[in-house]
Formats: sequence, structure tokens, C-alpha cells
Amino acid sequence: MTEIKDTAPKRGVPMWAQAIIWGLLIVLLIIVGLGLNRAQQGTVQPGDKIPDFRLPLFKGYEYEGRSEVKLYDFRGKVVVLNFWASWCKPCEQEAAELQQAWKANKASGEVIFLGADYVDTEPEARAYLKKFEIDFYNGPDMGTKISQLFRMKGVPETYFIDREGVLQYVKVGPFASADEIQIHIDELLK
Amino acid sequence: MNRTLNQKSLRITYYVLLFLFLTLALNFTPIKVVYAQDPTPSDDQVNEIARQLYCPVCENTPLDVCPTEACRQWRALIRQMISEGRTEAEIKQYFVENYGARVLGAPPATGLNRLVYIIPPVIILAGAFFLFRALKEWTKPATASATPGASEAKPVAQDDYITRLEEELKKRK
Repeated sequence: MTEIKDTAPKRGVPMWAQAIIWGLLIVLLIIVGLGLNRAQQGTVQPGDKIPDFRLPLFKGYEYEGRSEVKLYDFRGKVVVLNFWASWCKPCEQEAAELQQAWKANKASGEVIFLGADYVDTEPEARAYLKKFEIDFYNGPDMGTKISQLFRMKGVPETYFIDREGVLQYVKVGPFASADEIQIHIDELLK
Repeated sequence: MNRTLNQKSLRITYYVLLFLFLTLALNFTPIKVVYAQDPTPSDDQVNEIARQLYCPVCENTPLDVCPTEACRQWRALIRQMISEGRTEAEIKQYFVENYGARVLGAPPATGLNRLVYIIPPVIILAGAFFLFRALKEWTKPATASATPGASEAKPVAQDDYITRLEEELKKRK
């Protein structure tokens, strides 16, 4: 038997509207997925090559007269990058140790200590540096760009980067001693 | 007449002396120029801006109610910037440059962030449009939905077998 065609007018959402709605939903899901993926990622891991970044330096803490440095300026040297803040009590526990390790390695010219001040105010940051007599290169992490690059979770965190710009070790939390810092530096100097 | 003249002259003398006295008094009285003091920004003024910013360290805590030492320092910074004459927009821009856009209570309407302000109203309007259309369909009376002349519509396809059968029956009559 042949079928009688249904001549009743079609109702419902037009095809073009459905396509747009589904398209938007898929885009939204992709965006949420990417966000969740990033949120689940931990900090950068040893073995990752660190992209170049700029660190402006506080007045009085310049590197060879320069008020801003880039990571790639130190290619060929071991870089110890320490994230800290004046309001961070655990950071105070390792401040003296970091300065001690810096003094021990400064003369060799093979190791660079960089301090990135995380979401801080300059007067308090300077007071902190003065309090612990820190004289290695320090500056603010403007817009938290550098900490986001490292997917940092909190302060203090210290990253040991080798001569080729590859991350080799991450220390979350304060160092117990200057020797602990030196052990990791020595491994990278080999 | 002499008495009148004397009274007049006395009065004139009195006024002249008074005038001289006042002049001398004003000239020698140390009058300092007093400037209105720059008012220290009030807590309300500071919190008006701090309320629109979020603590960069604490999760989902507006700067005006955040109890940490860091937040206290940032509120002090806002107070200092207000007293320097900076506008609310300048202060917020400073915080964004130093601590990132995430300190803002609302994302800045730049780049992809504009979608945050465009997509929700579009979705709401689109939803309202489709809801309106659906309600209109549902509330239409059943007879009104029939198109004019529909009862006169002929079936599109005939059953060939029935057609042949009817022709055969006609022949037999």
C-alpha cells in the first residue's frame, strides 16, 4: 500500500537554529574541557623546557645595570628561580638559606638566583629583602604571568633550571638548609 | 550753635579714631592663611573600590572583607592611591597590571572576555524567543490550525489496485 503523505505544517525549532544551538553547546563544552584540563595539570614537571619570560627587577636589585632580565639571558648558567612573598611566613624560613646559597655560588658565575615576588606590594617586599639581607636579583611577578607559566600552586616554590633551560627539580615549600639547595645546584653543575 | 558744632566734631573725631584703631588692629593681628587639609580617604571610600577586587591569594574573597595581612596591605595601597588623586579606573588598572585580571570582580571586556557579556544575553533572548513561539503554538485553537481548503485536499496517491478494481467493477455492471 502506498503511504499518504503527511501534509500538516511542520512545527518545532528550525534546522538552522538547531545547528547553531548545538554548535554553541559543543564550543562551550570544549572551553570547559580545556579549563578543567588545565586546572588538573600540576606544576611544570622536571624535563619540561621552560619558555622564556621577563622579570622586571626592583631598583637596587638590577642585573648588570639592567632593570629587566629574561630567562634566556642566562642560557649556559644554572638558574634557581624562587617564588616568594613578604606576607608568606614559610618563605621567611628559607630566606636566609637562599641568601647563604647565593653567596656561596655567586663568585663562580655559573649560577644565577632569581627571586620573583608573588602578588605583593613593593614597600613590604623591599622591607622583606632588607630584613633578610637578600641581594640576589629580585623583582615582582607582574600580572602573575611567570607564576602562571609555571602553574605554581603557592609560595614558596623554587625551580632549578639547567644550562639548556630545562627544568630539573622543583621544591615546593621552604628549604630546610642551604646544603639542601647546594645539593641540587651541584647536580646541575656536573 | 557752638554746642552743635562741638558735638559734630566730637562725633567725627570718634569715627576717625575708630577707623584708625581698626586699621591698625587688622594690620598687626597675625592672620594666618589656613588651607583645608587633604582629607584622608575614609574606609567607605576604600571599600567602595576594594569590594570590586578579589584577593589574589584567597579563593573567592573580596578585598574589602578579606582578613589576611596581605589584604590589609592592599587596602592600605588603595587608600594611598586615592589620597594621591587616582581614579577608581586607574586603581583597578594598577591592580590588574600587578596581579592579573583575576583580581577583578568582573572580567574586563577585552578579547575573548567579551563573550562573557555577549553570550548570556543572546542565549536568554533566544530562549525567550523560542519559548514565545512554543507558547503561541500550544495556545492556538485546534480548528484554527487547519489551513483553508484542507478538507478539499485530495489524497496524493491512489492505490493502483483499488483503481483497477473499481474499473473492473464498472465494466461488469
